[in-house]
Amino acid sequence: MALPPYTSTLERVWFYTFRTICGLIFFFLIAPLIVIVPLSFNAVPYFTFTPEMLSLDPAGYSLRWYQDFFTNLNWQGAVKNSVIIAFFATILATALGTLAALGLSRAHMPLRTTIMGLLISPMIVPLIISAAGMYFFYSKVGLQGSFLGVILAHTALGTPFVVITVTATLLGFDHSQTRAAASLGASPPRTFFKVIVPIILPGVISGALFAFVTSFDEVVVILFVASYEQRTIPWQMFSGIREQISPTILAVATILVCVSILLLAATELLRRRGERLRGVTPA
Amino acid sequence: MQGKTIAIGLAAALAAGAAHAQTKLVVVSWGGAYSASQQKAYHDPYMAMNPEIEILNDDSASEGLSKLRAMAEANNVTWDLVDMIASDAITACDEGLVLEIDFDNALASAPDGTSASEDFGDMIVSECFIPQIVYSTTFGYRTDLVKTPPTTIADVFDLEKIPGKRGLEKKPLANIEWALLADGVALEDVYDMLSTREGIDRAYAKLDTIKSEVVWWAKGAVPVQLLADGEVVIASAYNGRLFSGIEEEKQPIAMMWDWQWFDLDGWVVPKGGKNTDAVMKFLRFATDTQRLADQAKYISYGPARMSSAPLVGKHATLGIEMGPHMPTAPANSKSMLPNNIEWWADYGDEMNERFNAWLAKG
Amino acid sequence: MAAIAPGQLTTADGTPLKVSFARALRRSRLKALGLVLPLFAFLLITFLVPIGDMLFRSVENQLVGRVLHRTVAALADWDPASGELPGEPVFEALVADFVEGRENRTTGRVGVRLNYELGGMSSLFRKTGRRAKRIREAPYRAAMIAIDERWGNLDVWRLVKRESDAYTASYYLAAVDLRFTAEGSIARQEEERQIYLRLFGRTLWLSLIITTLCLLLGYPISYLMATLPVRTSNLLMIMVLLPFWTSLLVRTTCWIALLQQQGVINDLLVWTGLIGEDNRLSMIHNRTGTIIAMTHILLPFMVLPLYSVMKTIPPSYMRAARSLGANPFTAFVRVYMPNTAAGVGAGSILVFIIAIGYYITPALVGGTSGTLISNFIAHHMQVSLNWGLAAALGALLLAAVLALYVLYDKLVGIDNMRLG
Repeated sequence: MALPPYTSTLERVWFYTFRTICGLIFFFLIAPLIVIVPLSFNAVPYFTFTPEMLSLDPAGYSLRWYQDFFTNLNWQGAVKNSVIIAFFATILATALGTLAALGLSRAHMPLRTTIMGLLISPMIVPLIISAAGMYFFYSKVGLQGSFLGVILAHTALGTPFVVITVTATLLGFDHSQTRAAASLGASPPRTFFKVIVPIILPGVISGALFAFVTSFDEVVVILFVASYEQRTIPWQMFSGIREQISPTILAVATILVCVSILLLAATELLRRRGERLRGVTPA
Repeated sequence: MQGKTIAIGLAAALAAGAAHAQTKLVVVSWGGAYSASQQKAYHDPYMAMNPEIEILNDDSASEGLSKLRAMAEANNVTWDLVDMIASDAITACDEGLVLEIDFDNALASAPDGTSASEDFGDMIVSECFIPQIVYSTTFGYRTDLVKTPPTTIADVFDLEKIPGKRGLEKKPLANIEWALLADGVALEDVYDMLSTREGIDRAYAKLDTIKSEVVWWAKGAVPVQLLADGEVVIASAYNGRLFSGIEEEKQPIAMMWDWQWFDLDGWVVPKGGKNTDAVMKFLRFATDTQRLADQAKYISYGPARMSSAPLVGKHATLGIEMGPHMPTAPANSKSMLPNNIEWWADYGDEMNERFNAWLAKG
Repeated sequence: MAAIAPGQLTTADGTPLKVSFARALRRSRLKALGLVLPLFAFLLITFLVPIGDMLFRSVENQLVGRVLHRTVAALADWDPASGELPGEPVFEALVADFVEGRENRTTGRVGVRLNYELGGMSSLFRKTGRRAKRIREAPYRAAMIAIDERWGNLDVWRLVKRESDAYTASYYLAAVDLRFTAEGSIARQEEERQIYLRLFGRTLWLSLIITTLCLLLGYPISYLMATLPVRTSNLLMIMVLLPFWTSLLVRTTCWIALLQQQGVINDLLVWTGLIGEDNRLSMIHNRTGTIIAMTHILLPFMVLPLYSVMKTIPPSYMRAARSLGANPFTAFVRVYMPNTAAGVGAGSILVFIIAIGYYITPALVGGTSGTLISNFIAHHMQVSLNWGLAAALGALLLAAVLALYVLYDKLVGIDNMRLG
């Protein structure tokens, strides 16, 4: 949107004002995430830039909060639990969600809208209500405070994302392709793996990523359904922020920002691959 | 090198685990400095004497009652021993969530032979609750940020004498009593007044005078941090937390003990736990005269047994006498406000509602 | 198989085509359902039944009737409006219930339950529970009143009778600041104890402010990205997606570090001399903190639908308007903006739905004036343990969200929901 030569001064002023405003909004979005990075290397236990830090004195910086994170058993246990819980929740959610998406995108699915609504309800219902319901019910059946309970809860929260992403990849899918494969003599399993899987794979992977992140970041339900044994990173961060704010939390936050950059890159690659496979050219 | 030591230690621990049939006791407590004092005074020595016992710490005591209810409902009690404040313990007892304790048979007598029930005396407020410590909620202030040090509860409510933000716990408990005491009501009239509309209105009118300057805290570690950061100049806090802020972390904080809020904390044994016998054995050890006195070496809470008081010595690392730092020390307990557990059990629901409504108006 | 009428179309094996079609359709439907079934069954057990269980808890009230079963049966004939205490048989039943309840440790729970409605019931039940077993013979009424004179109070008996039904509306009444009077009619809660309507109002109001802010901030950048070349706009998109993919606890932590009194922004303002050291702004642990942090956290949910709608508006529309003589402003307002209505609607409802149910951020940065209804649901679950009230508040919130969701479905269609 370069400026054509015939623009008036007013338009020119507006053009630059508009860009400045947008720049400020992008700054608002991204700056908070950047600010904590140097703060996490603080040598003193405060959330502020010390004079030593501002004068770039090496003494003002230290890795002590990272060291704390990597040696403290509370945090290490939390990392381990987070990975285990997210791993199993992702696998379950991806398997169940993909199957359901395949069913939902078949031509003769009865009561499609109603069923779709129910299947994605875990995404719509406010987390505090899901947490309340699960807390009461899981307590009754003895799942509260167990790994199984947490994994089941996170699976439930993750499935809508899988359903939505996989359904989206099948949206433009021409079902005559499966019939073509069948009429050319491919067995149903072969048709599935050679025709359907390549099409839905990007959707499945990005749905799995969403499910993973949902579990990995989830903090409301875990506070109710888990106990100390199943504490995850968000659980630990939440109690840390409420009790004693040490810059270890900032170190963890910095590490998590790096993780999200990796995840972002992964989804972007998947999206492009998916578009290429379905023959959609980027606009 | 260190890694190697750890590896050897791990191997040893595993071997030890294989050699003994391990009983794991899940003990729920408050975390932080408090759990550390229990670990050093009872858990570690007990595990050293009984290698077949392993004590696991779960720091979720703040949701103790809620989780106990949930476990009882599920018939799946995974906790063996829970640390609770007295008022919660009474509720748990009423609801049948915890075991009744036969004090004289289950617990050790004092060294001079006094029976446990006599040794604990007035501290026994429920048949299910074994008191451990007496703690108090009192005030800490920044010595460098207040011009005239506060001496009475009225000063906390005096914005001219002590200008600046103050930290108070986000519940009506203690705050409404303090408001009336600061307004000149005598201790013996406080609960009579609070049982009338006018009395409650008067308490809130007093609280209204400082409402805009109050930072509300919910977790025990927060007020000391608020003081250390200079976010507030005076704050109510648990006396043990203030002690560690002042003596261990050398913060410029001093204490003001006027009308300290006195409360009890202790153990309850969940009904339906899987290791009840092992827990009762542990309790007999952990609540004896010497152990309760030992705990006071690590944190400045008063032991609940009378016979422990003379045994309280010096702080384990700082080497200072702990006696004068106890809430029960004569110099500190000139005026004190014991938790009226019965009254709060009855009117707590109403008071909380009104308090929350009052806060939300702000 | 029915005989085949001549002239009817059949398949190779002789089945009528109509029948064969119907069968194929049925098989196809069953297959589709079969694929959906595992997830449906899974969600039913792990999610839908728990939600239903919670809703049930908001009206469930079997405790009183179960524990005081003899008393409740004996009270059946008693008329609360009579102005007279129940008779001797009721008191006899009450003593028996207390003796049994003392053994099962159940009367204490009834006291806690009734205390939600009337202060003092907790100690009344506790005290009576300890002493009732000493009463061995008539007159029971006098003996009970001797234990505690509140047993001679009509209001106590009206309350017991009212709450002896298996279902109760009291939690819902409490959730909208109403209460039963002693006589059983419905009245407003006392002025000083009214809180939930104000909280619902505040939740809606703050959500509206946050949604508006998201729209104001999201609209320009979505427009910019939609009109820039793909390569540039993809780069800018990363700045939207990075916060989107970052844990909300991390983002909340960031805002704590920025907004505190001793935080980055205050330090900066003091350093530049805009404010004095003594006048540091309080931007956190209040309403401002909740609004700023939540706007930041929810902004991507506004940008993504806006952007996807704006991408579909051909630039030629604006050029056409301009060439027909509209000035840029008119062209934008009259031609471009109406075309973005679907995106504005979708983004706004999405942000609003998420905002009214938010818990974590207000809990950490909201202080007392920035907390929302969710925080009180959590409070009643974990601290006050009034689970029935928590469930009733949750049910009301759920109803609001579902209504908005239906609106969203009408406007956008859930099939068109896209992610990332």
